[in-house]
Amino acid sequence: MSKRNSKSQGNAERLEQLRTRVIIEKEGVESISSSEFPYHSSNHHQDIDYIKEFIKKFSVKIIRKEQYDMEFDLIGVDAAIANALRRIMIAEVPTMAIEKVYIYNNTSIVQDEVLAHRLGLIPIKADPDRFYFKQANESPTDMNTIVFKIEHECTFNPKAREDETDPQKLYIGHNLLSESLTWIPKGDQEEQYAGCPIRPVHNDILIAQMRPGQKIKIEAHCEKGIGKDHAKWSPVATASYRLMPEIILKKEITGDLADKFAACFTKGVVEVEDSYVEGQFIKCAKVVNPRIDMVSREVLRHKEFEDIVQLTRIRDHFIFNVESTGIMDSEKIFLDSVHILQAKCKRLLAALDHKLREQERDREQMDIY
Amino acid sequence: MGKKTVTFADEINSESHETSYTKLKQVLSNKGKGLTDPVKNVEDKWELLPAFLKVKGLVKQHIDSFNFFVETELKKIIRANDMITSDVDPAFWLKYHDIRIGPPERPDTDHETQHNVFTPHECRLRDLTYSGNIYVDVEYVRGKRRVIRKDTIIGKLPIMLRSSKCVLTGKSEAELAKMFECPLDPGGYFIIKGTEKVILIQEQLSKNRIIVEGDRKGLVQAYVTSSTHERKSKTYIVAKNDAKNDKITLKHNSISEEIPIVIVMKAMGIQSDKEIAQLISGGNQTFLNMFSPNIEMCASMNIFTQKQALDYIGSKVKVTRKIANVRRPMAEEALEILSTVVLAHVPVKDLNFQPKCIYIAIMIRRVLMALANESLVDDRDYVGNKRLELAGSLLSLLFEDLFKKFNFDLKLNIDKLLKKPNRASEFDAHKQLMQHGDCITNGFVRAIATGNWTLKRFKMERAGITHVLSRLSYISALGTMTRITSQYEKTRKISGPRALQPSQWGMLCPADTPEGEACGLVKNLALMTHITTDDEEEPLKRLAFNLGVEDVNGLTGSELYQQNVYMVFLNGLMLGITRQPIDFVRDFRILRRCGRISEFVSIYVNHHHTAVHIASDGGRVCRPLIIVENSTPKVTSEHIKKLKQDKMKFADFLAQGIVEYLDVNEENDSNIAIYEREIDYQTTHLEIEPFTILGAVAGLIPYPHHNQSPRNTYQCAMGKQAIGAIAYNQLRRIDTLLYLMVYPQQPMVKTKTIELVGYDKLPAGQNAMVAVMSYSGYDIEDALVLNRASVDRGFGRCQVMRKHVALMKRYSNGSFDRIGDPPPPESLPLGPSADRFNILEEDGIAGVGERVNPGQVIVNRHTPTNLNTNIPVNMPIANAPAIQFTWKHAPLTYKSPETGYIDKVCITTTEQEQTLIKVLIRQTRIPELGDKFSSRHGQKGVCGIIVPQEDMPFTDSGICPDIIMNPHGFPSRMTVGKMIELLAGKAGVLKGELQYGTAFGGSKVEDMSRILIEHGYSYSGKDYVTSGITGEPLSAYIFFGPVYYQKLKHMVVDKMHARARGPRAVLTRQPTEGRSRDGGLRLGEMERDCLVGYGASMLLMERLMISSDQFDVHVCEQCGLIGYRGWCQHCKSSKHMVTMQMPYAAKLLFQELQSMNIVPRLILEEY
Repeated sequence: MSKRNSKSQGNAERLEQLRTRVIIEKEGVESISSSEFPYHSSNHHQDIDYIKEFIKKFSVKIIRKEQYDMEFDLIGVDAAIANALRRIMIAEVPTMAIEKVYIYNNTSIVQDEVLAHRLGLIPIKADPDRFYFKQANESPTDMNTIVFKIEHECTFNPKAREDETDPQKLYIGHNLLSESLTWIPKGDQEEQYAGCPIRPVHNDILIAQMRPGQKIKIEAHCEKGIGKDHAKWSPVATASYRLMPEIILKKEITGDLADKFAACFTKGVVEVEDSYVEGQFIKCAKVVNPRIDMVSREVLRHKEFEDIVQLTRIRDHFIFNVESTGIMDSEKIFLDSVHILQAKCKRLLAALDHKLREQERDREQMDIY
Repeated sequence: MGKKTVTFADEINSESHETSYTKLKQVLSNKGKGLTDPVKNVEDKWELLPAFLKVKGLVKQHIDSFNFFVETELKKIIRANDMITSDVDPAFWLKYHDIRIGPPERPDTDHETQHNVFTPHECRLRDLTYSGNIYVDVEYVRGKRRVIRKDTIIGKLPIMLRSSKCVLTGKSEAELAKMFECPLDPGGYFIIKGTEKVILIQEQLSKNRIIVEGDRKGLVQAYVTSSTHERKSKTYIVAKNDAKNDKITLKHNSISEEIPIVIVMKAMGIQSDKEIAQLISGGNQTFLNMFSPNIEMCASMNIFTQKQALDYIGSKVKVTRKIANVRRPMAEEALEILSTVVLAHVPVKDLNFQPKCIYIAIMIRRVLMALANESLVDDRDYVGNKRLELAGSLLSLLFEDLFKKFNFDLKLNIDKLLKKPNRASEFDAHKQLMQHGDCITNGFVRAIATGNWTLKRFKMERAGITHVLSRLSYISALGTMTRITSQYEKTRKISGPRALQPSQWGMLCPADTPEGEACGLVKNLALMTHITTDDEEEPLKRLAFNLGVEDVNGLTGSELYQQNVYMVFLNGLMLGITRQPIDFVRDFRILRRCGRISEFVSIYVNHHHTAVHIASDGGRVCRPLIIVENSTPKVTSEHIKKLKQDKMKFADFLAQGIVEYLDVNEENDSNIAIYEREIDYQTTHLEIEPFTILGAVAGLIPYPHHNQSPRNTYQCAMGKQAIGAIAYNQLRRIDTLLYLMVYPQQPMVKTKTIELVGYDKLPAGQNAMVAVMSYSGYDIEDALVLNRASVDRGFGRCQVMRKHVALMKRYSNGSFDRIGDPPPPESLPLGPSADRFNILEEDGIAGVGERVNPGQVIVNRHTPTNLNTNIPVNMPIANAPAIQFTWKHAPLTYKSPETGYIDKVCITTTEQEQTLIKVLIRQTRIPELGDKFSSRHGQKGVCGIIVPQEDMPFTDSGICPDIIMNPHGFPSRMTVGKMIELLAGKAGVLKGELQYGTAFGGSKVEDMSRILIEHGYSYSGKDYVTSGITGEPLSAYIFFGPVYYQKLKHMVVDKMHARARGPRAVLTRQPTEGRSRDGGLRLGEMERDCLVGYGASMLLMERLMISSDQFDVHVCEQCGLIGYRGWCQHCKSSKHMVTMQMPYAAKLLFQELQSMNIVPRLILEEY
């Protein structure tokens, strides 16, 4: 009797786990899809108020915030939402990047196309919000274009020693770096951006290596664009998420096994503590910080842990990692992505409304006939 | 028990004493060796390999061979042909004393330019030949005096790059850079008129060796291809093993029928039947019984004396002599043939036929042995029976021929001049010598440029000896340099020569051979192979006699076949016999290891033939091995340490007798251990490294020993098509077609070979993050899914540069091509071609950096309209412009369908003082749908779709793959090496170091998995991956990591083609064929069959006629012939004319039939 009871209890637990967790098995991932949506067969309470539920569960926790790198938790949303945000951050948050390169002179060995391509990939520190997209038929203005210029020449270093072999010392201007990109303010850009002059994010990006007598003279135009069109406009080095790992111990792991157990995880996930059991101190493994685990599934390889441990991940707990290229703060990239998603939703709603009204009108007309 | 404790304690004690020492030892050899291990590993013995390659290099065979030709062979040839006499004036003679090759020289040398060196790169750019003068010292008679002339130029010899005569040899990297030469370029090729040409290594059966072969009909024959400087001939000893005819005969081209062998023996002076029997059987009863019918037959033919035999043979000799009309007695003829033509390589001095008789006896004996025991026939495919012919020997053959022709012409000319009764000036042969220089120069240039070797002496005519050095990638260049072709016909479906020979081990690469018709016939050298050059025989002969060899001339048959008596052969010629073969061979080898004789001389015992063979001839393949004595390798870690510190060189290893070269035959007489642990008391040698059995191209494959073998072969073919860096001077080169990768990377998983050949410095590929999973269905049939962001960031980006040449010709009437100004823009017609001349600069040549669109003019060349009318010869040059040439446009236009950019313009002059303009046009290509990629495991695939980054799956760490590969590529291909490469690459990336995938070694899978675990990844290399589309995790773990991918030269832009309407062939009026002619796509026979079978007659009509070459013909119903414009010329009437449609080709056929007197008549009915 009790057995059955525990079994049914186990079943409920199991169902709950399947609902809220992604289960990491040895040879595959189980229960990958969410069932948290209206009219799903497993939802017993059909009259559930999703909005309320969402408000109750939803939270954003910022774990680590540096200017260009940030980690935060997005809890209580569906994978689709989290993924939408990720996708928008990669592909739809606009930035400024060099799009047109006018080459007046290039006698270096880097070919014109390659030079232009390299320039395009250099992140430009400029607030994209203050610029417009430049349409194909539009001419450049101070509101849609930033102009940069490179005038560079490599010469012999007269002070170099006779037997010098290091090109760095032998020549002047051997390396053409991104710092050579000089901003040419147009219109009222000078006053507008007096506080934060426009420049490449990094000054030490190598554009070309040169030899005495070689010259590069270039004018480069930055335009606003999105990562969908070309990766150079993507504001992130990468933006991705992972699910919160969870390590479930079904039994206590003690003794030498505990050390072995701890070694199966990323350092700091499992700690071996001395615990006082039955009159003596025994080493005992304790899951301390599952968050930093890399889920290498190493434990599942060992027979001795087979039924003791279960690896899962929390389905609606997304650990986001947004690594900016330096153009924008990571935080802003995320907020922009939310705004863009909002705008998209609004557009969709408007379109749906429009469609609905159209249908109603059609129906009315039908009625008239 | 007690004893045990003691020993244990002892061990501990000794350990404590020597802790530091053992520790040191363990550090030195990272595998701690147990005490029970008998043989210590020689650590890092592979270090011998770079040392070997430093002295020998990858193409050293070519260079050595060329050097040998220039320094030794040339002088020998001169010595053999050094006198020219005159038939007219007996007092006249000319003698060559010495010959030298000068440094490469510019053909148009004037004094100013002489100061700068003539570099190979200048030849490439200016379409010149990289050649040096041939200087000779001559002595001759002028009038009454003897005159000595030094440094007379008789022609020019193309010079092999990096040979002893080349300006590049011994130059440092900086010096090479000044000459625009790549330090990694191996050399070993020629530059003929600007193109780089390689003389391929030719594989042949060895000369002057007896080879016994049998066929299924029971015919057994022994044959020898004799080759001397004067003559090449093939002599057969044939035995037909059937009841009717069991006689042994001699067969030779100069004798019209087969001669019974006993008659031959008698003709050579052995008249006694007993002596003959003894020479052949040596008292062995079985052989005597087998041979006796031959003796009987001879007797039955009534031939007993030498004279009778010679008369018999003389009557069968083919008379080829035409010059000497005097018919000599037949016996004399026969004697001449027997002494000089039959078995020409066995010398007959003063009619001493003894060596030749014994030689023939041995051949007969071999035939008899093969008759008795079928397994004793020789294997023609055995590498030991092969010789590789290199540039040097081919050039020396050519030179001797050219030099003989040169001398012949010279003699004719001298005779002609001397015949003149009264000459104005004294006759000076030197002038004549100078006049004939072009004969040799052109002979060389023509032979190397076309690859046709025509030798009058041997009536040899061979085509395809040379190849253009493929500069598609660095590896393809190396590939052509190590390639070996054989003389077998490619179309024949024989398996023997194509099969992998066990004796190929270590000498020829087992993987690197093309697929298809040349499979197995074209081979490649392995990494450590060396090819010998000829060596002096005389000192070897002396040495052999000193070591106790008894001379042949004093031998009889009974001694020849005694027990424990071994015959000694030197280069296939019998020297004599020895009674202590084992000691003899051992002593000989000791002397070789001491350096008393050349290290490339080989000696081995053949117990079947009871013979010791010494070989010093050129063309044998050999390789270095570590000598093992008393079960210990003579190379120790100590030596290797010295090698690393540069205190020892490879030559020192040879000199100290711890490493030696073995050729295939001697290898067969040795016991070679691959690893130290395999060494036992019988072992004589130790392999330097097992991965050297692969060649330079197959050496690029990581973990090839885990792959199915054909995959390695496929990769060998594809590695040569990979786009990458070609050479350090790649941006200075103007080649017809140049493929370059914009951002090449060295592979994460390297091999030792990669480092040795320099592939890490000139790589051809990129390390792509690969996810092995199915994605989107655009990845079926090996198609790859590419990440858009990776492509945007420069993955797989490459450049294609194409050369466009305009030669400003000068014509015989004094007119010449010129470059015109671009016409004024207002004179041009408006329309799409209005911008044709836009990119031209003032000089009429397109500017560097300009974008070129199809149809635009690159060089605005004008040619004179009149090429025939002569202008008066005596017209002063100043007046030349006064003659009005009229010019017409003959511009060089850009024809490729894609736009490009002018990369370089080179304006120079050729040898003939004509202006040469080369324009290099560059295209930068981004990977697109249909471009071909391949990993290093023969796994090629085209790009099937390019997916935006956000749709790509990503791992926990946020990594998106660059390439998604379908896992179905694995099961049937069995390229496990690729999986290990991925694993090792991933481990390397995480640990921050490069991993090795060297064949039969490399980083171990276990270690790689351990690194993965240490860094928090699954040991299997499979990662938890989230879908970029749904945002949910994928239910399977994905095999994910870096794999080195090559972009192959096949790109869609070069291949895509479609046409609606377009050009037609003139003759048939059918659409043209092929992409280059904008041709149509043919509905072929089989497609036609389908339509016929289906009954789609109207569609057939449409495809085969209406859309092709429909033509209206007028046919006369009365006579059935084709008329014209409603008029029948045959009936002289227009009454019965009907118009109908038919294919123009059909109409053409009818008319052509008519022209050959066949009248096709059309009988028409209502349709």
